[in-house]
Amino acid sequence: MTKVVPVLTVIVALVLIWYAAAVGMNAQWARDQAARAETTLGFGELVVDTWSQDRPVLPAPHQVAQGLYDSVLAIKPTSKRSLVYHGWITLSATLAGFGIGTLAGIALAVGIVHSRAMDMSVMPWAIASQTIPILAIAPMIIVVLNSIGISGLLPKAIISAYLSFFPVVVGMVKGLRAPDAMQLDQMRTWSATNSQTFWRLRLPSSMPYLFASLKVAIAAALVGTIVAELPAGATRGLGARLLSGSYYGQTVQIWSALFAAAALAAALVVIVGLIERGVLKRMGMAQ
Amino acid sequence: MSLLKLLVVLAVWGGLWALNARLAARGHHIRAIRLAVPVIFGLTLVLLWEMVVRLFGVSSVILPAPSAIAQRFAAETPTLWIDFVQTMLKGALSGYVLGCGAAFVTAVLIDRSPFLQAGLLPVGNFVAALPIVGIAPILVMWFGFDWHSKAAVVVVMVFFPVLVNTVAGLQATTAMQRDLMHTYAASYWQGLVKLRLPAAMPFVFNGLKIATTLALIGAIVAEFFGSPTRGMGFRISTEVGRLGLDMVWAEITVAAIAGSVFYGAVSLIEKGVTFWHPSQRG
Repeated sequence: MTKVVPVLTVIVALVLIWYAAAVGMNAQWARDQAARAETTLGFGELVVDTWSQDRPVLPAPHQVAQGLYDSVLAIKPTSKRSLVYHGWITLSATLAGFGIGTLAGIALAVGIVHSRAMDMSVMPWAIASQTIPILAIAPMIIVVLNSIGISGLLPKAIISAYLSFFPVVVGMVKGLRAPDAMQLDQMRTWSATNSQTFWRLRLPSSMPYLFASLKVAIAAALVGTIVAELPAGATRGLGARLLSGSYYGQTVQIWSALFAAAALAAALVVIVGLIERGVLKRMGMAQ
Repeated sequence: MSLLKLLVVLAVWGGLWALNARLAARGHHIRAIRLAVPVIFGLTLVLLWEMVVRLFGVSSVILPAPSAIAQRFAAETPTLWIDFVQTMLKGALSGYVLGCGAAFVTAVLIDRSPFLQAGLLPVGNFVAALPIVGIAPILVMWFGFDWHSKAAVVVVMVFFPVLVNTVAGLQATTAMQRDLMHTYAASYWQGLVKLRLPAAMPFVFNGLKIATTLALIGAIVAEFFGSPTRGMGFRISTEVGRLGLDMVWAEITVAAIAGSVFYGAVSLIEKGVTFWHPSQRG
């Protein structure tokens, strides 16, 4: 509870800075309009005008809130202008990709932990691949898959699977190796088989590591889906809303889509965090 | 016929994998072999890729062969260099320096105020998990099509990870170490410069390393929203449209090399600065 006051203070300060910035950045347009109408604006009129333009350089917070309300609550979720509709398109591809990427990542990590050859061959590449901007191949994957007749959800899911794959591999390898020599020796004194050691020692001890990388992976999966929606032709999804907003100068639409994406990301990370808490608690590993 | 081709590919794969498995089993403690195994694995993948493309006649608009990509790379080196300068040096690097610098200074400034830390840290952690690339269209509108808008996107993307890590690092000293500085009658700034900043460095570099990848991603993706007729993101999106996939792969190669070198350079500096840390003393 002691954290609430400082956090609220910071958020309020940010909103105030935002309002002030909106005045500064939209003032030019307001003055130009006034000059064209051969009037001059007093300071009060200027402020009111900068906070209520149709296509502001920086929309004021209440305009974004209004935009979000119009496109989330005041409209049918099935409409093409509803952010719920576009958000669902993005969310479904994100979740599909996250699922594929996580399963593949865990499978590869199990292989790496059990085979020294795989460890030495694959692991350096898995680590190196985190330093390269994989996202750059997104447009190519979309177009290539489109040309061989695969479109819709799957290409986007492949990109987000690819982005969530590597964090899971690296985290899961670390987790499966977390049991120390003494615990492994204990399993040996019980003459446990390899698979028994895996299911009863390695897998349970890897859970904290797995969840830490799942949080990174789901955020990365969402970014992957949004970027995958950018290449020309995409008309559905939050990324497409961002792009069409930027084509037509609809700044309120961009900001609304951005906030919807942020809310989606936050919700996904929080959900993974809650599952983590529940699982670790049931396993008796909660801190 | 295609079954035979498939068998050839699988045989090459199996043979090279067997070689790697033998090497890994026999010589995993020999340094040269530890280096050779991943290299052989990488070369195997490239070889298989080339064989599959040639044997099965895969169209170059779906997957160009590595040799075709290499040829294009060699032929288009001047263009690739122009794109590299535009995106990497102008966009990513200037944004990286500005963003990391601003985050570091902010972290030191709010260090004296527990109130600001308690307020900014959760907000920073929250923002660091958001899809920040989404602000690219807004910043391209504000700062124009040239590299300034790309640098601005990079600034925003790298700011929060570095801020959060630096603040965490500044809290990494133990009470006993701070008490010792206190008994030396060290002032706040002396304590900061001589004890807490050096102790924070492993955390700071952690943030800086995360930021290298983010900087490249930000600079490339921001170019999808508009750019002058050069830059890696611009080239990728236009060549994808013209189905010049060999050029796209050449750009991706440049991006991969640039990303690894960037990360490697930051790691080298880290090694020099935090030589005292257990993780650096093999």
